[in-house]
Amino acid sequence: MTTVVEQVWATLEHLTDPEIPVVTLRELGILREVTETPAGVEVVITPTYTGCPAMGQIEDDVKACLEKAGIPARVVTRLAPAWTTDWMSEEAKEKLRVYGIAPPHTTRKEVNVIQFIRRPAATDLVACPRCGSTHTVVSSQFGSTACKALYKCLDCQEPFDYFKPY
Amino acid sequence: MNAPADYLLHLADNAVVLGQRNAEWCGHGPILEEDIAMGNVSLDYIGQARLLYQLAATRLGGDATEDKLAYFRDDTQFRNYTLLELPHNGPLVGYAKADRDYATTIVRNFLYGALMVLVWDALEKSSDSDLAAIAAKSLKEARYHLHHAADWVVRFGDGTEESHQRVQAALDHLFPYTEEFWTPSAVEDAAVASGAGVDVRTLRAAWDAIVNDTLGQGTLVRPQGRGYVPEGKHGRHSEHLGYLLGEMQGLARAHPGATW
Repeated sequence: MTTVVEQVWATLEHLTDPEIPVVTLRELGILREVTETPAGVEVVITPTYTGCPAMGQIEDDVKACLEKAGIPARVVTRLAPAWTTDWMSEEAKEKLRVYGIAPPHTTRKEVNVIQFIRRPAATDLVACPRCGSTHTVVSSQFGSTACKALYKCLDCQEPFDYFKPY
Repeated sequence: MNAPADYLLHLADNAVVLGQRNAEWCGHGPILEEDIAMGNVSLDYIGQARLLYQLAATRLGGDATEDKLAYFRDDTQFRNYTLLELPHNGPLVGYAKADRDYATTIVRNFLYGALMVLVWDALEKSSDSDLAAIAAKSLKEARYHLHHAADWVVRFGDGTEESHQRVQAALDHLFPYTEEFWTPSAVEDAAVASGAGVDVRTLRAAWDAIVNDTLGQGTLVRPQGRGYVPEGKHGRHSEHLGYLLGEMQGLARAHPGATW
């Protein structure tokens, strides 16, 4: 027999990010926790960027999905620990790459701020999701959504999105 | 221990005012990439402001809400730094909207961004766990803001004669306003005493290092001499804040409770 918690995870499994429909909320690490409390089931989500307009949509999607399945649940937004792209699963990263978005590198612990504002180290080379070349250049730190930067491949000449380490 | 609500409002007002100001570039950016960048930076600031206003509203209790705090306080109740409310016009141009100067925008984002990376880093260890959680999120965003602004300060400074002249003029114009960062208000003192706030004076050496390093790379000269001390965080603002709030608050005040 499946518990109600397992049932909630299974129900929410197909829910994808509104902006990047190839990865699920679970794979992105936005869907954090499902617990059974005396007051009913509690679903914990964590915001990505503070001003990301997709967060409202995500909360509505989770609520609507559970309502449709007839599972009464409360959706709670929790800030700490802060969401990080390091929570993204390897399968999600591969899905992003196939979709045409270069997946994020692992975040680095900043040693100090001065070091941070200097040019990124060679280990931060971003591979083009189309041809695999690391001969790429950033055209803007800010892209079509809060979580992405704009890059250009100097070999195949294609522009592409890079999911920023965060 | 919880941070005083006024301290949260000081942080929130800084974020919302600069977010609103930078959003003026939306659809008017000098190039497409920068138009998108300013939209993203503004969204981050408004997102941070929302978290802080929500927390302040919870702490204030009664009928306080994030919308009431953002839309129904007057300019003299805003506690933001004066630097953040100034228009995007440098000293070399007029005050018409068409005269916006991107060097001024970038220099302000740089001076403030360098401060906030240090402030959020310190507030991650705040005794107020809700504020510490907001700080941890905001720090990640602040790093990108600083990276973006510092990059352009160097490009402009070490660019053409025209770009160098304009970014240096923006620096000379805005630098004196940063004196307000280093003169703590009673609200900040109370926050420090509670263990929830950060003593900004302890951040000055690190801020100087970031600023000097970046200006050096951009072949720019740091303006000398102590500036006057503006008093925006005490509610005494320049004439520009009223117009900014007029635009930001107009709809909410004309149609209270409006939704769409």
